[in-house]
Order: sequence, then C-alpha cells, then structure tokens
Amino acid sequence: MTRRIIGPFNRVEGDLEVTLDIEGGIVRAAYVNSPMYRGFEQILLGKHPLDALVYVPRICGICSVAQSAAAAQALAQGMGLQPPDNGRLAANLTLAAENLADHLSHFYLFFMPDFARDGYRDHAWFADAQARFKSVSGSATNDMLPVRAKFMNVMAYLAGRWPHTLSLQPGGSSRPLEEAEKLRLRMLLNEFRAFLERTLFGDTLEAVAALDSEAVLYAWMQPRARSADFPRFLHIARDLDLQQMGRAADRFMSYGAYRDGASALFPAGVWADGKLQALDITAIREDVSSSWLVGDAALAPDEGRTLPQPDKEDAYSWCKAPRLSGEVVETGALARQMIAGHPLARDLVGRHSASVTARVVARMLELALVIPAMESWLSRIQPGAPFCLPFEELADVRGIGLIEAARGSLGHWMDVRKGKLHNYQIIAPTTWNFSPRDAAGVPGALEQALVGLPAEEGGNAAPLAVQHVVRSFDPCMVCTVH
Amino acid sequence: MHRAKEGGILTLAFSQEPLNLLWLQSGGCGGCTLSLLNADCRNLFDTLKAAGINLLWHPALSEQSADEARKIIDDCASGATRLDILCLEGSVLRGPFGSGGFHRTTGGNSMKSMLERLAHKARYTVAVGSCAAFGGVTSGGSNPTDACGMQYEGDAQGGLLGEDYRAASGLPVVNISGCPTHPNWVVETLASLAAGQMGEDQLDVYRRPRLYADHLVHHGCTRNEFYEFKASAHKPSDLGCLMENLGCKGTQVHADCNIRLWNGEGSCVRGGYACIACTEPGFEEPGHPFGVTPKVAGIPIGLPTDMPKAWFVALASLSKSATPKRVKENAVSDHQVITPVSKRTRLK
Repeated sequence: MTRRIIGPFNRVEGDLEVTLDIEGGIVRAAYVNSPMYRGFEQILLGKHPLDALVYVPRICGICSVAQSAAAAQALAQGMGLQPPDNGRLAANLTLAAENLADHLSHFYLFFMPDFARDGYRDHAWFADAQARFKSVSGSATNDMLPVRAKFMNVMAYLAGRWPHTLSLQPGGSSRPLEEAEKLRLRMLLNEFRAFLERTLFGDTLEAVAALDSEAVLYAWMQPRARSADFPRFLHIARDLDLQQMGRAADRFMSYGAYRDGASALFPAGVWADGKLQALDITAIREDVSSSWLVGDAALAPDEGRTLPQPDKEDAYSWCKAPRLSGEVVETGALARQMIAGHPLARDLVGRHSASVTARVVARMLELALVIPAMESWLSRIQPGAPFCLPFEELADVRGIGLIEAARGSLGHWMDVRKGKLHNYQIIAPTTWNFSPRDAAGVPGALEQALVGLPAEEGGNAAPLAVQHVVRSFDPCMVCTVH
Repeated sequence: MHRAKEGGILTLAFSQEPLNLLWLQSGGCGGCTLSLLNADCRNLFDTLKAAGINLLWHPALSEQSADEARKIIDDCASGATRLDILCLEGSVLRGPFGSGGFHRTTGGNSMKSMLERLAHKARYTVAVGSCAAFGGVTSGGSNPTDACGMQYEGDAQGGLLGEDYRAASGLPVVNISGCPTHPNWVVETLASLAAGQMGEDQLDVYRRPRLYADHLVHHGCTRNEFYEFKASAHKPSDLGCLMENLGCKGTQVHADCNIRLWNGEGSCVRGGYACIACTEPGFEEPGHPFGVTPKVAGIPIGLPTDMPKAWFVALASLSKSATPKRVKENAVSDHQVITPVSKRTRLK
C-alpha cells in the first residue's frame, strides 16, 4: 500500500490537503486535512454581541453574507425581533445573490477546468472542453467573469458592497430601497437570467427547473451538448460515468433556505434511509477526536469549546467532526433539493446514490429555481414601508442562527452573558462534508466519497477522479475551521 | 539582480518582459480575491496580461494543483523561476510558539517560513488586504494564532519581515489595505508596479498606495447634507448621518470608497452602515462596539481629520439649530418623508 499526500488542493476556497492510502490502483482510505486555523470562535469571546456582525463575515470571503445572515438570525432570536417584510425579503435577496454567484463561480472557475486537463486528451469532447473551460484562458472565463461582476452589482443596492457587508441586521436590512432601485435590480436580474438561459443552459430557467428524471435530463442535453455549458458538462459526465463517482453517506441535511413567513423556498429536513425525516438540531454534536483541539466528549454546539492542541496524538485536521444523531450527513445544494423533493435530484440519487454529477446538477437546478424566486421577492418589496427595526441591547441570552449557504447548512450558536459574548460556536457546511474521523473511527463525508476511486500509486498530479469528487462538494475551507 | 537604492523604480533590464506574479493565501478569508473578481473590466486576466503581468499561480484560479502547484512555488523560492511580484492575501500566522504551525503547507513546512523565503526573492512584495498588511481581523481579540502582517503588526513596523526589509526593487512591502480590498485598488497597484511607476513617494505613511489612500471615505458621501446639519441616524436603515450615533469613521479614514464606489454604485455608508475604518491598521479592535459612536460629554471622540475640536463643536451646534425640517425628519426615516421643494422660478 502506498500513502500519497495531495496538496495544496487549489480551486477550492481556502487550504486543503488530502492523504490517500492507495492499493492496486484504488483508494482504500482517505484522510482530509484542513491545514489552517485562525480561531474566530476564540476571537469573538468577550465582544459586544453586535460586533459578531463585523467579525463573522470575515470568516469567509466567498460566503460572507451567509455568515452575516446566520449571526443576524442568532441576534434577532436573542433580541426577540421579527424583521419587517421588507427586511426579510431584502435579506433573502442578498443571500440568494451570493449563493447563486457562488454556484456560478464554482461551476466555471473551480470545477469545469479539470476537464481541460491533458489527462483527458484522448476523449472526443476534449478539444471543445479545453477551448471552453481551460482555467484563465478558456472562452467561458471571458464570458462568465463580466456577467458575474455585473450580477454582483445587485449588492450595491441590497448590501452596499460585497463581500463583507454590515447590511444584514437583526432588525432587518440597513439598506432601504427606492422604486428606481427596484427597477435597476430587476434589470440586473433580467441580464443575469439572459446569460443563464443563453450560455449556461441553452433553455429557459423554467424548462430547466422542470427536468424531472435522469432520462429526461440526458434527452434534453443531447441537442445542446456543444452549444451550452451545463449540457456540455452533462455530456462529459455521462462519458466519464461521474454519476457513479463520489458516493458519501447518502444521508442529507438542510436547515431550510430562504424563509418566507412560516414556510421556506427549500424546507428544512433530513433525508436518510430513502425517506424524508424531521430535523432535530438538538441531536447535533461536535466530535474532536481527530482534531487538533482540546476535548474528549462530543459536545452539543451550544456547549462547545474551541481550544487548539497542536501536538494532539492521532489528530490530523483543524476541522471538528459534527455528527447528527451520531451519523455523518452530507449538506449542500443536493441535500437541499433532496429534502425539497425535486424529482430530478431524487431520481439521480435513487438510481446511483449521491455523486459528482448529482451534486453539480443540484447547483444548476438552484440557479434555475432561485432566480424566479428572487424576481418574486423583489416585486413584493414596498418602498416606504419599514426595512429595519432598532436593535436591542442583550444581557443574558442564547441565540441560534441556522441558514443555508451555497455549500450547505451553516449554524451559529451564541451565548451572551452580562452583555458580552460568552461563547460563540459555528458549524459551517464544509465542517460537515470534510470532517475527519470521529471517536468511533467513522470517516467524514468526503473521506467516504473518495474510497474506491481509481488512483495511481506514483505520479505527480493528483488523480483526476479525486479532484472531481473533492470539488463536487464545492468546499469552503476557510469556513470549515474558521 | 540590480537593486535600486531608493524609490523602487524598475530597472530597464526587466521592463520588456512581463512580471511574474505569485499569489498566496494564508490567515485570511479569500475575500480580497473574491472582491478582485468584481473588477470593473471586461476580463480580469486580459487586463493583468495587458498590464504586463504573468500570473504564475493563484490558489483559487489556476489549473495546477498539488505537486504541480508546489513545483511552481518551490521554483520561485529556489530562484529557478524569477519572482517579480509576491502577493500575500491573509495574515501571517506565527503561532503556536513561533512555529507557524497554524498554517502548514503540504510537505510539513509552515506558510510563515515559505513566505520569508519567497519575500527575499521577490522584486516586489505586496500585502493584499488589511490582514496581510497589518494583521487585520485574524489578529483580533486574543489573537490566538499570533497573526501579524507582512511588515506591520497593527500600526507598528515589524511583522513577519521586520522594519528593515526591502524587496529586491528597494521597495518595502506595499500595503493594499482594506477588508476586503476594492478590486481596482489591486489592479491599479499591480499595473503601476508593472509600469515601473510605484516608488516610495507613491505610498502613504502606512505604505498604502496613495492612488486610493489620499482620499477620505467622507469624500463623496451621499449623506453629506445630513452631515452638514448634524442630522443623525438613530437606527440602521435611517437616512441620516452615521457619524454621531452609529459608529461611522468615514471623516477620518483613508480610502476613496465613495468616489470610485463598490459593485457599481455601492459603498458601506451607501449600504446604510458605518465606515468601520477597514483600511486602517488596528481597525479590528476599536475599543468600543463597532456600531456605537464613542462619546465624551455627548461629543464624538473621533472628530474629522484636520478639524479643531472647538470649531467642530461650535459648527455642530450652529448647524443643528439651522437644520431644515426636511433634513431633520428624513434623517430618522428610511425613506424621504419630505422631498426637496421645487422652486417655481429659474434657479439663480
């Protein structure tokens, strides 16, 4: 057996290293290391509770709004505030804009360039993929970068700027909108929709959202496989059997995304053993057996602690190992769509289990599903009606913020005592997906997903299959450890 | 390599070839890179190329992974590849106990030691963002990772490389501070370096490029009229001036955020929240809650740069008493409750 250490893993957000035990050309075991620690949960201690709104977005440059939203929700719960409709709609729009921009960046900048690597030179689709998706020089980069930057101009009206806004407040949004700004936002959404329909999908968002089975998906792909980018991916993915690659635990979790009154666009829940179940967040524990952190017992996040122990024996990551009822769960767009009951997600997973293909498809579905929702939220905003309630000082209170970032479930657990942050624990999406082994030795979701992949025992480059599976989770390593 | 004595002006020997840029990330969030992708240009990569910059490797954007990436970095460190511009995003993590172990690179070395090696090869060393420049948010609170900037720790010179460090060009570390950086601060600084136009005279007292640091956030603030009359916001979303109550430091902070704007038409104060001084060293620990203006006897401690306190107090009380009803009422509302009157005659 050969042990290979693969790193630094690029085109993921932040730092990642993967250790593989390879035998007979197959990955037998994988160990995922998050090699950087900054200690946000320590930095926050003793701060004024509202200062969390300054610090937590800076955990992550790619999901900064998601971190803001979770903190604002935890603070709102502590203050007993219900933001007015305008504030809630503006917050949904802000988070949705970030999540969709992240899906787009992941697809074009992080994920697709791997199909332009020399290792695929012998495939019929290679020349097309290379011309289109080669990192930096591919024609898709040239098309996508200005579209992404222009789409992010919605943040000027919703949030002042991106990343690192302070507009998401416990009382709502600090950025009231005027009628003229609603019009400008609508035009920016229209422009983005046009790019998605023309260049990414080659069809209307509504038609993409209505794809309801694997068979329908591939039939839809055929006429578009050389003219639109998502069909290009599907063509490649089928050729490489990516629907067979990257199964993790096949248990999925979502905290529920884009709440709107009592409902949510994508509801909360758990999908396990082939059926939908209720989510019980009190069943979450964080294990630190394999983490360079002080502690023995797995703790509930509202009692959790984060204290480095860099010389800890048998530890191999700064990441904790969160478990739901003791089990590994996968989180992200695929989890959201499984729990929301999208027929295409359910069909793909039902036939093959979770996979590289299913994870990418779910992200693309969300681009198609969320833009129409954004159009609707925007139309419901009423300039002149309130956007934000004043905040309250907090003395002794706990608050929880549970939201869905692009890459999955993000939770903040806040404990305020005597007006200061006494404890602040964060479990980020990739903490779930890229966790190390727990006390029982059970590997995390990615560690499971890598086992069985083909891999050379020698060689310089990271095995391509490993790269596809790692990036299919759209990991955010800066959030993971924070 | 020729070492310019002062000013860091490019020598002719290199000016014909594109400059090799290596971008690394350490104790930060990657937000300066994500912000850079918002750059106001058709294609960021074309813009850099046209400016004479050859991107050797960037952790989020380049194809090469793992061993391929390590080779690029190692070749820069050994001198096999000429390293013209080293950009660091994120702070340097010195802990635990000076080992750099809070960020190890594959192979077991610390990022801290790799950065030291690279910085002594680089013609220019650029700190992108307040973390890399001064330590930033990562050095906040108890600073659990002993984080610092490349050549500063807060407002004190030193940091990883020490006060005396000079890159091969003769320039100290260029600090493009900001949390995050505005994309065009980065693009313009790199273009200026590539054009040989960035001397020490183009850097301010904290070695920030003057191309953005010679302005104050206050310049171009749309809340200007509210500021003039000290008509102040009381809660987030109010239209009034954010200085008196909500912690805004825009009258003191060096950056052109309200002149060049963010994401098209945005800025922090246009987003309804305070300027928290993210381009200034030590902004992460203001000594008061960020969203509350510290005051003594009802007067904000942080008065506008260059303004004598007595004058500020006198003018403030005078302007408050002269505040039009429109300005006073709009300041505490989230929309204009009274719009400016239109005069019937031609304006004089």
